[in-house]
Amino acid sequence: MSDDTSLNLFQQQEANRRRTVLLVIGFVAFFAWLGFGGDYIYYLSTRGAPGAAYHHVFPWFGIALTVVALLTAWYAYATGPEKVLWSTGARAVVDPTDPQEKQLVNVVEEMAIAAGIPRPRIWIVDDPDPNAFATGTDPLHAHVAVTRGLLALCSREELQAVVGHELGHVKNLDVRLMTMLAALVGAVALMHDGATRVLRGGANLGGGGGSRGGGKKGGAGPLLLILLVVWILSWILAPIITQILALAVSRKREYLADAMSAQFTRNPLALAGALQKIEGAGAPTAAIKRGAAHLCITDPLGRRLTAREGLFADALATHPPMAKRIAILRGMGYAQLKKEGGGVA
Amino acid sequence: MFSWILLLVIAGGVVWLIGAYNGLVSLKNQTLNAFKQIDVQLKRRHDLIPNLVNAVKGAMEFERSTLEAVIQARNQAVKVNATGPEGIKQISQAENALSSALQRLMVVVEQYPQLKATGNIGQLQEELTSTENKVAFARQLYNDTATQYNTKQQQFPTNMVAGLAKAQPADLWEIEDQAEKAVPQVDLSMKPKV
Repeated sequence: MSDDTSLNLFQQQEANRRRTVLLVIGFVAFFAWLGFGGDYIYYLSTRGAPGAAYHHVFPWFGIALTVVALLTAWYAYATGPEKVLWSTGARAVVDPTDPQEKQLVNVVEEMAIAAGIPRPRIWIVDDPDPNAFATGTDPLHAHVAVTRGLLALCSREELQAVVGHELGHVKNLDVRLMTMLAALVGAVALMHDGATRVLRGGANLGGGGGSRGGGKKGGAGPLLLILLVVWILSWILAPIITQILALAVSRKREYLADAMSAQFTRNPLALAGALQKIEGAGAPTAAIKRGAAHLCITDPLGRRLTAREGLFADALATHPPMAKRIAILRGMGYAQLKKEGGGVA
Repeated sequence: MFSWILLLVIAGGVVWLIGAYNGLVSLKNQTLNAFKQIDVQLKRRHDLIPNLVNAVKGAMEFERSTLEAVIQARNQAVKVNATGPEGIKQISQAENALSSALQRLMVVVEQYPQLKATGNIGQLQEELTSTENKVAFARQLYNDTATQYNTKQQQFPTNMVAGLAKAQPADLWEIEDQAEKAVPQVDLSMKPKV
């Protein structure tokens, strides 16, 4: 069994490394397209202008946006975990005093040993709804956060199972991809808002310029129009695309993290119990915003989509249906019991 | 043409050899590291026990034998100064004895509510639970890693490189717990287990 899971783990780590690189490349390429595409459109539209008028030859926009994208990606990688934690208002548990926090620290230490990774930094989110998430770039720079609600609701074993699930994400490098995604989704949303404002202002100017030189650039007309439409669509669709990316990337790995938790604790029924309790609590986790939703053990937005599987839910929910996760864990638990029972009998 | 194919086959063989060799060495080091982890956790446990015994001593005068068994098992375990996976049989015997002594003590502590009421014991109990879990999980990680290492050594075709990589089968940490060896008792009284 251990050989099997380790192979899985290795593949998952590789896949996560590769996907993170692809994500960054895609991110930069997208911005390059926005920049250079804009340059090209501007070039086409000023090409036929009279000699004295402005000719857009040097791709300033493209270079500027590519540089901005590269800097953003670097910044996201360097500060993504901090930003995610900051956005949820988590506070670090450094010197635990009350027994609940002490227990959390102990449980995280235990699971770090079981997972064979260094102890991550521990955070508590002051929110009454039970939830937990992990972030970081690799096992050496990892963070685990749980809500107060989770501490209050779960037994020691259940807390252990939930922490095991989160450390599963840390160990197979899910955190790197997911944190990067969260940071980039945030960056795109921010830039999109800013750019829309600029574009709206710029559209008026551009319209004025176009009507002046309108008669002379007829040859480039259809191409220019198509480019312009695609380009504007890209701007509009950017946040939606990144959102869908965030959704698609997070569901399958929840099952894997559940399995890893079971491997660490050797107690799949504890995680099943914890998920049941978390599901029962059901209220949305107010402290956790949309951008970090895909990092959590259960959908913090309380969307009912998580309740079923299907084409629509598959496309839009960040998490697999809870009932299915619980059923799989129960299956593992019964298989384990049967095996142990068989040994005795 | 033929020589090219031969060259390719040899090159492939060399690449595989390097990979298999390095894989075994890496697993060997992981096994050693996992063993170190157990050692670290055992040290913690040995340091914790005197505190625990001191804390309950006053209230449990009449449970002297239980306490003495714990102290004795602890001292016995500290004395075993075998290092490395070679001494695993020795270490595991002493530590398993300590585990069962501690389990008996915890069962006894559960029977004294006034003892549990003082916050100190509650904290110590949590510490002890955590320490026991840490030992258990470190052991689990070691056994998993060692099993993986052993399997790799025995499997074809990696077994051909095993000698070259000086790979030796690693001993597993056997769990010889009385509680786990004992015949399970069927209790139909529906009382919660202590």
